[in-house]
Amino acid sequence: MIRRTISAVVISALALAACADDSATSDEPDTITLVAYDSFPAADPENPIYLALAEFTADTGIGVDILISGDPGTMLSKATLTAGNPEGDVMWGVDNTYLSRAVDAQVFDPYLATGASELPDEFTELVPNGEATPVDFGDVCVNYDIAALAAAGIEPPTSLADLALPEYAGQLVVENPATESTGLAFLLATIAEFGDDGWEAYWTALRANDVEIVDSWTQAYYESFSWSGGSRPLVVSYGSSPPFEMLYATEPLEAPPTAVVESTCFRQVEFAGVLRGTDAPKAARQLVDFLITERFQREVPLNLFVFPVNPNVELADEFVRYATIPDRPLSLDPAAIDAGRSDWIDRWTDIAIR
Amino acid sequence: MDRYRDPLNRLPRWFVAAVAAPPLGFLLLFYVWPFATLAWRGLGVDAIVDTLDRADTWKVLWFTTWQASASTLLTLTLGLAPAWAVSRFSFAGRRAFLSALTAVFVLPTVVVGAAIVAVLPASLDHSVWAILGAHVVFNLAVVVRTVGAVWEQLPPELEEAAATLGAGPGRAFRSVTLPLLRPALAAAGAIIFLFTFTSFGVIRVLGTAGRSTIEVEVWRRATQLGDLGGAAVLALLQLAVLAALVTWSARAQRRHTHTIGLQGALPRRRPIGRQRWWVASSVGGALAVVMVPLLALVERSMRTDGSYSLAAWRSLGDDEIRPGLRLGVDPLGALRNSATTALWATLFAVVIGGLAVIAITALGRSGRLLDTGLMLPLGTSAVTIGFGMLITFDAPPVDWRASWWLVPVGHALVAVPFVVRAALGVGRSIDPDLRAAAATLGAPPIRAWATTTLPFLRRPLATGAGLAAAISLGEFGATSFLSRSGSETLPIAIERLLGRTGRLFQAQAFALSAILAAATMTIVMLVDAGAAFERREDHARRP
Repeated sequence: MIRRTISAVVISALALAACADDSATSDEPDTITLVAYDSFPAADPENPIYLALAEFTADTGIGVDILISGDPGTMLSKATLTAGNPEGDVMWGVDNTYLSRAVDAQVFDPYLATGASELPDEFTELVPNGEATPVDFGDVCVNYDIAALAAAGIEPPTSLADLALPEYAGQLVVENPATESTGLAFLLATIAEFGDDGWEAYWTALRANDVEIVDSWTQAYYESFSWSGGSRPLVVSYGSSPPFEMLYATEPLEAPPTAVVESTCFRQVEFAGVLRGTDAPKAARQLVDFLITERFQREVPLNLFVFPVNPNVELADEFVRYATIPDRPLSLDPAAIDAGRSDWIDRWTDIAIR
Repeated sequence: MDRYRDPLNRLPRWFVAAVAAPPLGFLLLFYVWPFATLAWRGLGVDAIVDTLDRADTWKVLWFTTWQASASTLLTLTLGLAPAWAVSRFSFAGRRAFLSALTAVFVLPTVVVGAAIVAVLPASLDHSVWAILGAHVVFNLAVVVRTVGAVWEQLPPELEEAAATLGAGPGRAFRSVTLPLLRPALAAAGAIIFLFTFTSFGVIRVLGTAGRSTIEVEVWRRATQLGDLGGAAVLALLQLAVLAALVTWSARAQRRHTHTIGLQGALPRRRPIGRQRWWVASSVGGALAVVMVPLLALVERSMRTDGSYSLAAWRSLGDDEIRPGLRLGVDPLGALRNSATTALWATLFAVVIGGLAVIAITALGRSGRLLDTGLMLPLGTSAVTIGFGMLITFDAPPVDWRASWWLVPVGHALVAVPFVVRAALGVGRSIDPDLRAAAATLGAPPIRAWATTTLPFLRRPLATGAGLAAAISLGEFGATSFLSRSGSETLPIAIERLLGRTGRLFQAQAFALSAILAAATMTIVMLVDAGAAFERREDHARRP
């Protein structure tokens, strides 16, 4: 049914477009496929993301199908395996920890969207050769349970270094960087903060301070974190977690129950690109252009749970008030991340688990 | 295996070939080819040397093996008493009990993992006991159903004869019943070992660093590190261990297969006297083990800060939970999608599995190969099958990676071995004398075979169909690595909800899990009821 409804939307949009100016050339297919990770909303014609895409279809005559490919790591692995004969035409959501792997595997036809010059340098300088187009960003930060810390009479930590202090012994739960992207981001945060010669000592200290390590974000946040009924008031999660606790509370809340330690935030930037081997390169480029327009970007925070890269989009009130978007987040060069990842994870495993 | 070669009842060659072709083709096309393609892409001398050289590889293999052995033994031990109770006695709620067990078997592993955490004391949350406990909860149904299906067809006269000769109930069980059950126990044990050896969701939820299975490690290498070579080597290592196990188990099952006068299903009695206590305690114990996590799901779906609310249930049908706020998940669409997929997967699995059982019993030695071959997908890392399909079916004439039916085919790949396991024990135990007698009476071989064998297969095939539908509903393996457009299946929707911040997501995930469990129970109950009805008809028709 849903498929049929979507087709109906697409067809009526096509009919509209037939009378309007049609910039897609006749030798390209009418409909292209956008490959996305699994936090992309399920196909639903009333979802704001799909409404925005329907407008794109109405304006350009290009229909858009969505193909959900799995978690971000799985999506990239599949794109790597099928590079040159892709499952779709455009891919949304390769982040800066994976970007250089995607580039090396020639997953994308290099393309920087028209309109990318308006994006902040912080994002565009990650793709100096126009390898792909930045489309959204978010941060991975240490979150804390406000009430639990207050009840224990402990001040919230203010830095990564604080977490190794005795007063925070047994308070923190983190994810395994080998199995969870937030865990990897947190490991990268410590490498960015303490440098290649300091991060191992820091983790030795964290381990001595009884840090708990679990395999997945779900485990950390929903089982170990005290706000969800666990025993640890500090957890590695997202900078946007507090406003989402407000927005998706079962009963309305006055203020977020959790907060973020700003100086621990590691920035994740996600990119979209034209998949190499597409049979509709022109239409694919038009779609990438559309993905950074205000029209699409304003739907990003509430439906994809990340922040827009387009600086002209105004954030909803909850985000302005409760989200932490640090001015100077921790970060590392994508190429350095890809080169170091495997070795860092092995060394981390030796320190934190053995 | 001389009795299969008895000239009196040998089936014509062309017939056997025609029956064997579809399951063999299915296996080659949808399993062997994709897996080989992927292994070919990934394998290289470097990958092999690197992987075997890492100390980690052997640690993971060791943990995988011992936790699987412990889980299997524990489940077999705990499942024997309830298997006895359901196969021998009729009591109120018997069918509901079986359905509850089976429902747990197919719940998404992530959800049961979370439910286990909810009921275990915090000190055990991340201990190995949590993993073993979850494995027992999951697999109890395998013992009860597989062993029970054979147990209920054993003539009680055998035990009664032993009792007449002065053996106590324990002795009669050990010396008469247990040997006859051994093939079924070996079958159940093999399935459970397979499942726990390849455990993925449970380990993802309950494992901690250092407690990882090969399956998780393959997933990690293939998807998170992009190390296809390492993933392929580990997948082959896992497959080698399990192929050895399956071969051994198949041999053990054959060696201990006795030809006895199976009676079709025997009428069950009401328990009397002390039996009542035994039945109640064995069923009650098993029920507690599986119901506690199920109830925990419902409880968690309503839990909010210190109190309870139905908010998650109220918002299930509606994607927009507050003006402008959407879940991005369509629970009812997912339910519909899961149901359709399960229907197709069951159809595929029963047709392929039914033909396979016939072929395996008729083929003798090469039948054994087919039998083992059909088990292999269970032992193969899901991510390698999924990725294999992706790069195999990517160009005409097999440009299938976007086809809707690839998902139910993937589910059937996992379900066929269950259909085969459910029916093969019975298929093999059918007394060849019956067939010989029919042949002597002048029936042509196919007809003799059809009249003597098919009636006995109907019931185990119905059981297999129930299992297949249930497996498809909960499947979270290979097909979760296939890309999808349109609606997702329930387990995937649940996993997505659990991956987001916000109480409502979590509560909805548990509500959906409860719905999935209820849907599974209903399906399994309907299948069981249908089979029971058919059996009554049978009895009525026979003189």
